[in-house]
Amino acid sequence: MLDAARCVVVRDLLVAWRRRSDVATALLFFVIVASLFPLGIGAEPNLLRAIAPGVIWVAALLSSMLSLSRLFSADHADGTLEQMLLGAAPLGVIAAAKAFAHWLVSGLPLALIAPLIALQYDLPSSLYGVLALSLLLGTPVLSLLGAIGAALTLGLRGGGVLLSLLVLPLYVPVLIMGAGSLEMAAAGMGGQGQLLLLGAMLVVAAAFAPWAISAALRISSE
Amino acid sequence: MKWFWYASPQTFFPLAGTIARWCGAAAGVLAAIGLYIGFFVAPTDAQQGEAYRIIFIHVPASWMSMFIYVVMAGWAALGLAFNTRLSGMMAQALAPTGALFTFVALWTGSLWGRPTWGTWWVWGDARLMSELILLFLYFGFMALQAAIDDPRRADRASALLAIVGVVNIPIIYYSVQWFNTLHQGASVSFTRAPSMAATMFAGMIVMAFAFWMYSIAVALVRVRCIIRERG
Repeated sequence: MLDAARCVVVRDLLVAWRRRSDVATALLFFVIVASLFPLGIGAEPNLLRAIAPGVIWVAALLSSMLSLSRLFSADHADGTLEQMLLGAAPLGVIAAAKAFAHWLVSGLPLALIAPLIALQYDLPSSLYGVLALSLLLGTPVLSLLGAIGAALTLGLRGGGVLLSLLVLPLYVPVLIMGAGSLEMAAAGMGGQGQLLLLGAMLVVAAAFAPWAISAALRISSE
Repeated sequence: MKWFWYASPQTFFPLAGTIARWCGAAAGVLAAIGLYIGFFVAPTDAQQGEAYRIIFIHVPASWMSMFIYVVMAGWAALGLAFNTRLSGMMAQALAPTGALFTFVALWTGSLWGRPTWGTWWVWGDARLMSELILLFLYFGFMALQAAIDDPRRADRASALLAIVGVVNIPIIYYSVQWFNTLHQGASVSFTRAPSMAATMFAGMIVMAFAFWMYSIAVALVRVRCIIRERG
């Protein structure tokens, strides 16, 4: 069981490494979106400092969603997915492994690069830790929830736009808690409450989302 | 009891027509009574004047908007569990009515907010925000249903989405409420609990039943169309 999970993760990472530009695109998208806000809103430092948590989190949300449509589509096209459905390894484990690989490729780099954006927005350096931690806890939830949407929209026309309509409303709690943790920490009250709630969401999503993803995969490929 | 007798679209089709007619008539009568109570019997509110009377549309509509989503998810779960064709059709038929009530609740809420709070829209209110997200969830459900050509796959996929949505609604609600307490700027408190006059309450309940009957009638008419469409 764990062999199957490790196998899927290693394979997905290898595929991602062979197509490095895809990974870089999502990361660049995050940086560009975050850089567009000051151009649209103005360079007033206090305003930028106030909106930075929300901007970074919304950009992370969009960037993580951007790569979702590729999560199962290649496997679906070349028949790998059918082999996974037929194989002996439980589908939920494979689904969780795919979501984990997606997070390693799309969520983890965001958490690493976000302090750089925070620097541009002139956030106090004491917040970098909270920012990275909130992204580390929040982006796996995005990958898990998004994988449900990706599995449901597998092989549909206009899948990408539809995917965003399905997934974005479900992302709202993560956005509120993620940006909220930063705002609380910035206000000097510590963001532990929100970080703990993000952790709770991660636990719940990790427990139930793989089941929903595998049900969706079975529906989409019958 | 033959629970599954009416699970077949053929046997359900005439029954749906009969129920829809009765419920439609009941909806008309109840709405007339409810609106009469609302406009002529219920007293004018001491603080809000006549503007409060939109409550007779607003509150039943928002009740229905949430309740229909739960019913829809219930049908969806039934459809996944028993693999009955009719359940998916019922879920599909309920979605537009639910979305309509959600929209009506938002719209009347904003009409009510203008004279009483002085603004059309407040980002800080948990109920407003969750109602808006509920509308997006309805749209997602309908969009997924419409994007899949095979009706059986469409039913099953949107059923799963509805179940994921219904699990998420409480989480969304509480996180939005948290967001609300975080941004302490909310200038208006919506959690006032007025001692409501009995006639006001009666009008609201009658209107809620009218909306129930309307929803049942419209959903059944729509399910008849879906049965015909799918042959």
